[in-house]
Amino acid sequence: MTDREPIISIRDLRKTYHAGEVDVHALRGVDLDVAAGEFVSVIGPSGSGKSTLFHILGGLTPPTSGTVHIAGRDLFGMTDAERTELRKSTVGFVFQKYNLLPTLTARGNIEIARDIAHKNGPLDAQFLEALRLLGIEKRLDHKPRALSGGEQQRVAIARALVNHPAILLADEPTGNLDTENSNAVLGLLRDLNQSMGQTILMITHNPEAAGYGHRTVRMRDGRIE
Amino acid sequence: MTNQLVFENLKHRWVRTLLGVLLIGIQVMIILALVGLSRGTLNDQATRARGVGADIVIRAPASSVISMSSGMPAGVVAKVQQQPHVKDATGVLQQGTGLFDYITGIDLAQFDELSGGFHFTAGGPLAGPDDVMLDEYYAGQHHYHVGDTIKLINHAWRVSGIYEPGTLTRIVVPLGTLQDLTANTGKVSMLYVKLDNPANTAEVEKQLSAVLKDYRINSMEEFTSLYSVNNVPMLKEFTWVVIGLGVLVGFLAVFLSMYTAVLERTREIGILKALGASPAYILNILLRETALLAIAGSILGILLSYVTQFAIHDLAPASLTQAIVPSWWPIAGAIAIVGSLLGAMYPGLKAARQDAIEALSYD
Repeated sequence: MTDREPIISIRDLRKTYHAGEVDVHALRGVDLDVAAGEFVSVIGPSGSGKSTLFHILGGLTPPTSGTVHIAGRDLFGMTDAERTELRKSTVGFVFQKYNLLPTLTARGNIEIARDIAHKNGPLDAQFLEALRLLGIEKRLDHKPRALSGGEQQRVAIARALVNHPAILLADEPTGNLDTENSNAVLGLLRDLNQSMGQTILMITHNPEAAGYGHRTVRMRDGRIE
Repeated sequence: MTNQLVFENLKHRWVRTLLGVLLIGIQVMIILALVGLSRGTLNDQATRARGVGADIVIRAPASSVISMSSGMPAGVVAKVQQQPHVKDATGVLQQGTGLFDYITGIDLAQFDELSGGFHFTAGGPLAGPDDVMLDEYYAGQHHYHVGDTIKLINHAWRVSGIYEPGTLTRIVVPLGTLQDLTANTGKVSMLYVKLDNPANTAEVEKQLSAVLKDYRINSMEEFTSLYSVNNVPMLKEFTWVVIGLGVLVGFLAVFLSMYTAVLERTREIGILKALGASPAYILNILLRETALLAIAGSILGILLSYVTQFAIHDLAPASLTQAIVPSWWPIAGAIAIVGSLLGAMYPGLKAARQDAIEALSYD
């Protein structure tokens, strides 16, 4: 996989947060390449910098220094508007807590992501195939409160994929699920990666879950081991 | 899709939505009721003045349309009656009985000759010095009937008759009695003049101006046109102050409501940001929500203005009449919408500027 042109290329990435008068060095020089179509698991203890890496890759926070290229775009020095554009077009998020909008149905949650990306018209064949894989076609008109945790996470995955992002960032996607649903969601992520070539970067605490990816990257103290 | 999200948000937090609509509705209602009151009361007075059937109105030099001076000697009536083309002239004396109500003393025979008389629905004309005639509106509001004794300006009156509204005033008593009771013996506050032909109005007006120097002489048309908001001292200013207070209340209500909504929906705003929503997109959602609240509130306010009209008819002094003024509906609506959007601006900007990571970790 790694012989291909990397879709994510990170060099000496550092991130320092200022908590009052204390500087917290969340990332202390991360280097990482992820090839297009790769499924990479990032594993590490709490405070190792996994989430910070995830937030930087997703354009939710800027890096302090270093270079981060995603699909050819350099994240360093991006304005807020450019990072917003990145989230809209290049990155899809899947969160531990599903983060569906409670007032909208599953379909509405997917449609709002398209609306934000200014996409109209019928859903494309590739996404319909993803929906079929996710097995939620018949649950689309239900609101999140009427869906099980596993179903909610599948809707969240569908929402993350609807705009065909270059990378799917999954932050502990099975953290709130029981074993059966966890295995189902992880299996789906693997299927999406295999059948549709979706690049996936997944953060997890669970080594078993990490095993679903092509390779596992271990983080500790803001660095990749 | 944005509209659906806006609609679902409003539906989801229906108590907050209803409260917001109610507060904006009250703001609109206050504006419409106040404008309706000033218009209605003035129009009603103008209509009753026209109902006398006179062609010219003469007032004492210091009079305004709302406050009549009683400094006109009753002898002026005879002088006016001698003028060419003058068919009838009668003097009346007005005395306030409260903030808005007033009692009018007339020479019944003279007044009847000029106006064609009152149309009674119960009882009949003034028969004695302590008799009073009431219009149906006033009598109905106070539940007075023919034969009742009522007390006005510290004097007991017997209700002799109840007449159809629309002529002169709501409370009519004998001129002489009212003059004596108010220490205005021999004085009237205004004169109604009827001509042989209304076409002679301008000519007679000119004639009378020469004879009665400094008196205020107007054709009925001119006189009734004086019943406007601009001619009532401070009314316009008062209206604007109340409208201003209404806007402030609406602004604060929406500000609080949207501020709470933004806090409540921190996580949802974080989700939208993670999906790539720009600050403008988030602000747009909140402003659309506010605009919908304001539109619904405006409609409610219009409906509530009918309720206040009903309440004023039953509870307020009879001289206060609230009109429904549809031409003010868009104005009151626009005031509510602009005030509400201003109130939503700060919470909206706060939401739009929210940090996505902090918002997503908000529970």
